[in-house]
Amino acid sequence: MLDFVQQLVSGVALGCVYGLIALGFVLVYKATEVVNFAQGDLMMLGGFFAFTFIGMMGLNYWIGFAGAVAAMALFGMLAERIVVRPILGYPQFSIIMATIGLGYFLRSIAGMIWGTDDFKIETPFSQGVLRIGSLVLAHDKLSVIAATVILCALLWLFFNKTALGTAMRASSENMLAAYYMGIPVKRVVSIVWAISAAVATCAGVLLAPITFIHSNVGLVLGLKAFPAAVLGGFGSIPGAVVGGVLIGIIESMAGFYLPEGWKDVAPYLVLLAVLLLKPEGLFGHHVRKKV
Amino acid sequence: MRFLFKTDYEDDIRLFPHSGYIVSYGLLLAVLLIAPYVLSSYLMSQLVFVCIYATVGVALLILTGFTGQASLGHAAFLAIGAYTAAYLQKYNVPFPVYFLAAGLLTGCIGALVGFPALRLQGIYLVIATISFAFVVEEILARWESVTNGNEGMRVKALSLLGVAVPRDSPTFYFLCLAVLVLTIVGSLNLLRSPTGRAFVAIRDSETAARSMGINVALYKVKSFAISAAITGFAGVLFAHKLSFISPEMFTLQLSIEFIIVILIGGTFSLHGAVLGAIFIVMIDPFLTYLKDDMPGIIAGIAATFGASTATAGNVQSKVAAFASLNGLKGAIYGVIIVLFVLFEPLGLYGRWLKIKLFFQLFPLYKRSTFKRQKIYVKSERNR
Repeated sequence: MLDFVQQLVSGVALGCVYGLIALGFVLVYKATEVVNFAQGDLMMLGGFFAFTFIGMMGLNYWIGFAGAVAAMALFGMLAERIVVRPILGYPQFSIIMATIGLGYFLRSIAGMIWGTDDFKIETPFSQGVLRIGSLVLAHDKLSVIAATVILCALLWLFFNKTALGTAMRASSENMLAAYYMGIPVKRVVSIVWAISAAVATCAGVLLAPITFIHSNVGLVLGLKAFPAAVLGGFGSIPGAVVGGVLIGIIESMAGFYLPEGWKDVAPYLVLLAVLLLKPEGLFGHHVRKKV
Repeated sequence: MRFLFKTDYEDDIRLFPHSGYIVSYGLLLAVLLIAPYVLSSYLMSQLVFVCIYATVGVALLILTGFTGQASLGHAAFLAIGAYTAAYLQKYNVPFPVYFLAAGLLTGCIGALVGFPALRLQGIYLVIATISFAFVVEEILARWESVTNGNEGMRVKALSLLGVAVPRDSPTFYFLCLAVLVLTIVGSLNLLRSPTGRAFVAIRDSETAARSMGINVALYKVKSFAISAAITGFAGVLFAHKLSFISPEMFTLQLSIEFIIVILIGGTFSLHGAVLGAIFIVMIDPFLTYLKDDMPGIIAGIAATFGASTATAGNVQSKVAAFASLNGLKGAIYGVIIVLFVLFEPLGLYGRWLKIKLFFQLFPLYKRSTFKRQKIYVKSERNR
């Protein structure tokens, strides 16, 4: 029983990271119908930025964290401006390929700049543990869970209570109509990319104590975030986080209770099952199309 | 130039529209046939890879370019073909038998993948094929009694009619070339048959295709099966060429490379697959060239512009250091993909068509002939 709870908590913590990456997918997908295959690589780059600020320049953890988030938000805008804006409105295949290319590029560049070693960030949460009875919970895992909850709440408020959030939802429903209604769709898209890069950075920095920062970490985790996003229904913010947590728990349980090898496949088997049985996901809504 | 007056349906679907095509393709084939006796063994080896990649490219074109079903899982089909060949070879099954068996098995698995794909659109399909590829990769790594797990499998030299065909012999190259040519001719014939035109109809509008009485589900599954089967054939050749296969050779990276092949070549014509394959296989020799010769050349240019010997040497060592950076290949891939998507979405073959049209219409050429239209359709979620 104790093992079970322990696995559950570490699964939830891992799942929150998947959820944060999936959140980035969902934000961009909601606003522009683009699936950003470079999301994991944005996370990796955010982690490296934070490592540069904290580990190499010796800044305070929180200042370094904020600096990395701000730098990545700018970078997200830049990437949107250069790669995505010229092809908005073209077939999805082109945009998928463009973001795959962007991911490739970021991965190689990060490998060139920071090398291919594993890096670690010293965080205020690295050491402590919380003991409840005989249950031992590491602070770094709890911090991931807490940060995810806070970020989700902020994003929910942003999307539902601000004018900008409403504009984003409008341009995701129908981009052309949003143009006609006077919404500056291009600026909205660029802000969405900034937000999603910032969220990815949070994931990258929070993850740093759990799995190290490495130039390929984005690819591995980014691909794990797909099942999360699909499970929750692509395009639903609470869905992304719930999907991420479920995938995290499934992976953690499969690693503990099933023979070796299942751990890596289980998320994808779940994904295939979801796509087969309920393609719109847990939180997605199915809309009939009129021809 | 020559004007073609089409007066008949037959004129429209002919394999060679006029005799010029026969002459130029004949010349190309002749050049390819004498290539092994002229080129160095390294370039020959690259040419074999071009043939294999182009075969997979044609397979992917049928699925992605002509049926509109994107797939990022073709490395898995290649792996299934390769492993079938390696496994059957252990039991002394003759080459023609396991060649066909690999294609058949991969085709069946492709059809099985096609069934779930019926319900999926666009991005969901891409994600589903990625996860299929991951599952296959993991199975290859774990099913040790058949695949030998992560240690990989040795593949013996191919033996055709009792004669051994080493992987670097001209005969092996001719075999790959023959498979490629047969694939291309077969695909051309497929694409001008009712099946092929059903594929194109499904790509252009599924609703319209259905209302024309096309069984969309059947043709989607067919397209998956055919594409997978061709990839399986290529997998057999791939296994023989490498002479050693292990699960980590068939990763997502390879699937992306196949997509790059058709993206760079052009997704609307079979020429694209071949051009893209040449492009992607030749990046490696190009990088080697960049590493070995380029620094010297740049230093030479610097020297002719009046730089001192010390500066020229400095430039040379800097360029050499840049060219031998570890991730350079990946960065070049990334930049190339983005540039092609942004500026030349029709690929290399599209560029060739534009150049040809420019000279054909010389003073009358209009840039906007090939302009793409932006369509801000309603959300795809509402489909």
